[in-house]
Amino acid sequence: MLSEPLPCSCGLNHIVHNGGLYKRPFNEAFEETPMLVAVLTYVGYGVLTLFGYLRDFMRQWKIEKCQNATEREEQKDFVPLYQDFENFYNRNLYMRIRDSWNRPICSVPGAKVDMMERVSHDYNWTFTYTGRVIKDIINMGSYNYLGFAQKAGTCQEAAAKVLSQYGAGVCSTRQEMGNLDKHEELEKLVARFLGVESAMAYGMGFATNSMNIPALVGKGCLILSDELNHASLVLGARLSGATIRIFKHNNMQSLEKLLKDAIVHGQPRTRRPWKKILILVEGIYSMEGSIVRLPEVIALKKKYKSYLYLDEAHSIGALGPSGRGVVEYFGLSPEDVDVMMGTFTKSFGAAGGYIGGKKELIDYLRTYSHSAVYATSLSPPVVEQIITSMKCIMGEDGTNVGKARVQQLAENTRYFRRRLKEMGFIIYGNEDSPVVPLMLYMPAKIGAFGREMLKRNIGVVVVGFPATPIIESRARFCLSAAHTKEMLDTALKEINEVGDLLQLKYSRHRLVPLLDRPFDETTYEETED
Amino acid sequence: WESFLPSQVLVQPVQLICLYAPAYHLILEGILILWIIRLLFSKTYKLQERSDLTPKEKEELIEEWQPEPLVPPVPKDHPALNYNVVSGPPTHIITVNGKECINFASFNFLGLLDNEKVKVTMIAFLIRKQVNYLRFLHFFSQIDVHLELEERLAKFMRTEEAIIYSYGFATIASAIPAYSKRGDIVFVDEAACFAIQKGLQASRSNIKLFKHNDMADLERLLKEQETEDQKNPRKARVTRRFIVVEGLYMNTGDVCPLPELIKLKYKYKVRIFLEESLSFGVLGEHGRGITEHFGINIDDIDLISANMENSLASIGGFCCGRSFIIDHQRLSGQGYCFSASLPPLLAAAAIEALNIMEDNPDIFQTLRAKCERIHELLQGISGLKVVGESFSPALHLQLEESCGSRENDVKLLKRVVDYCMNSGIALTQARYLEKEEKCLPPPSIRVVVTVEQTEQELDKAASLLKEAAQSVLN
Repeated sequence: MLSEPLPCSCGLNHIVHNGGLYKRPFNEAFEETPMLVAVLTYVGYGVLTLFGYLRDFMRQWKIEKCQNATEREEQKDFVPLYQDFENFYNRNLYMRIRDSWNRPICSVPGAKVDMMERVSHDYNWTFTYTGRVIKDIINMGSYNYLGFAQKAGTCQEAAAKVLSQYGAGVCSTRQEMGNLDKHEELEKLVARFLGVESAMAYGMGFATNSMNIPALVGKGCLILSDELNHASLVLGARLSGATIRIFKHNNMQSLEKLLKDAIVHGQPRTRRPWKKILILVEGIYSMEGSIVRLPEVIALKKKYKSYLYLDEAHSIGALGPSGRGVVEYFGLSPEDVDVMMGTFTKSFGAAGGYIGGKKELIDYLRTYSHSAVYATSLSPPVVEQIITSMKCIMGEDGTNVGKARVQQLAENTRYFRRRLKEMGFIIYGNEDSPVVPLMLYMPAKIGAFGREMLKRNIGVVVVGFPATPIIESRARFCLSAAHTKEMLDTALKEINEVGDLLQLKYSRHRLVPLLDRPFDETTYEETED
Repeated sequence: WESFLPSQVLVQPVQLICLYAPAYHLILEGILILWIIRLLFSKTYKLQERSDLTPKEKEELIEEWQPEPLVPPVPKDHPALNYNVVSGPPTHIITVNGKECINFASFNFLGLLDNEKVKVTMIAFLIRKQVNYLRFLHFFSQIDVHLELEERLAKFMRTEEAIIYSYGFATIASAIPAYSKRGDIVFVDEAACFAIQKGLQASRSNIKLFKHNDMADLERLLKEQETEDQKNPRKARVTRRFIVVEGLYMNTGDVCPLPELIKLKYKYKVRIFLEESLSFGVLGEHGRGITEHFGINIDDIDLISANMENSLASIGGFCCGRSFIIDHQRLSGQGYCFSASLPPLLAAAAIEALNIMEDNPDIFQTLRAKCERIHELLQGISGLKVVGESFSPALHLQLEESCGSRENDVKLLKRVVDYCMNSGIALTQARYLEKEEKCLPPPSIRVVVTVEQTEQELDKAASLLKEAAQSVLN
């Protein structure tokens, strides 16, 4: 199943030309935006902006009632807390379709979810809950790759036992009195799961990046970060004080050029050599659905003697024949990656993050990581949930459930993506990525898509500016091993209907694989903080 | 029409020019034409070419370059490397490294970590809903439990709105950069905790440190800023100003003089952000924190941030204040937007803990009495001095006289701590990242008071510390 060439709907088979490094075909495509659609999208935003100015004008002249909260009377002569323009987008564009986000749910967000119904009588400024609960919505928005978000099961019993023994909190930091035996057990298990020497666990995935990257690099070091890296990686890189340079998304020529230039020319003005170079990449990029070109990155890293920091927030548990992540997916050795970071939120049904690597690295992090010194450690029931689900994936609980789920996810991914492409939607990303972005482009369609799908009992997530470039708004489906084929078929049928209704089938089957796009030499950026 | 032949059109005027134009004019124009032709055919001037290295030289440079190792090796006996292993829950009686001790090191001020009611509620929640994790916040992860917890916290603190974070450290570290951007000015106390420092670093604002709890110093800085403003009023109109202080300082155990700060706030038009991680659930008649302790109107404080990991014995943090301020964080607080939300199980635990706090307001008095008792008992230990207010449940014991280097001080304090641990009192040293802190506090032993400690245990701890100081330091 894994070695046969995957047929695309256009009949071509895009195999990367560095074929020697890849043991399996790497099919990634980002179809170009049709020109008419781009123009109409800009026009749409233009109209919205004009109306936004008009409404602001009316609000200022009190023709229209101002709905948002205002400053206290006593503090009216203080410097305004928000600039008017900062909130322009918020007031006039986001507020119109605000009901598509922050929808409160009242059950486990598994394959199906119950949502609290809410209505707004004043165009989304305030919401009231009708009290009714919409039941059994097919959940295509939660990151539940292996389906561990479920009601009953061994995870729950184990968690209950640990709860009654340990309680919820820890009330201390790792280095003081917060290092429980459960944490040590978890870290040994994580190290075994990843195939590395040692691992360390933290309470929050976001904080794992923002607190450990500054511990690893500092002034005089260079960070090469992918264009589309997550906010936590960007924040961690900024807080470290190192120089940051950005290479084009998943573009290996861009990365190689940056590496060459960095080593040959050294630091910007002093020309001293860099102390070390750290490459920050993610396993799966959740907004694009693309998978990092890991074999090439590792080849480059070895050639230029730099270090690799791999953030597997989305790919751990979701890729690879036994769910060990993107390293296993490409058939590489975990020793090639210097710092393997990941989170427990997506595939394990818990919270927190981890870092795995060599023993010296983890010893250093135990001593100098900001999280170990100042932040509370993981909560015991959460730790138990991670241990149970990890053992399940590894097969150590005696069943085949873990392996079956990993395979089910891979099949669901292939099936879903293939069907959507056949229907004619523009889908970004790699064939094997369980995150499926479906392009909407126009601002009005963002709100319409979310609402129409909810009417048909399918919960989807729509994303617009500023999480994506302004014209590339999209709907993002997250597949799960808990989705059965019937659920996927129902969802596909509804998506097809809505696609016809909203005219979303933009694809002209002219797929342009990322590698063929010519690399533009003049646009690499250098940011110095 | 023959006169319009191209050769004639061209040749005739040129002949005319050559006859009638002065010589220097012709020569100048000739040179100009030659120059233009030269420019047209010469190579483009590349500004990017910063060096004349040949590819071979570049290869050699790449070969020669040796990076530092990713991490420097850590010596095996580094004090922070070998953690204390706690077997079982870190409750009142704690098993550290195999030895049973009385817990004087975990911030479990109200004893809610081991509370039966909280555990029963959590297990019931687990059976009913079975969720103990969550999703990325905007999408399908705001469960009714979160909404309930936010409402309850807002009601308890008597503010309009509250927002929940899933990690205590990230609460203030995300709140500050959401409001204060590049070009804004923040006045912060020297003894501010590390989370505040990271929030300030992420915000890229101008930081002005004032001496710990020194209002005169702060006023001086504010006056200086005022004179700066008068030089450039246009810039001053858009520069936001903030004061960031803690209710009860983690590093020194002092309270901030809030009434004076409020006066300064209205005089110089600065906003106040208050970090109440230690004082929430400790100070005040009903545990509402330092605003209740001083009897200040809560609306005078722009933002109160606290973590739920101390008194509430759960995980996470919250910010509360007016809707005008708090709502902004829902779209621009990094730790809120880009992160998974609090596992509902822990939110349920926090709600139950809040219930207990509301139902038993006398525990705050009990805690306060115990703090004052231990504060008194620890006075007069030779070699160690007590740092912190008498009603602060987290005290520091610092060396009266340093022995020269920080390393030696730390070793000495470790021996004191080990002595106490061997005799059944669990203590810990306050841990810091020495190179990262802006104003590194001196090494100290942390003593934490909880309501669960009996008077005998407090007496035992005090006498043990006296003994330890006697034997180690003299």
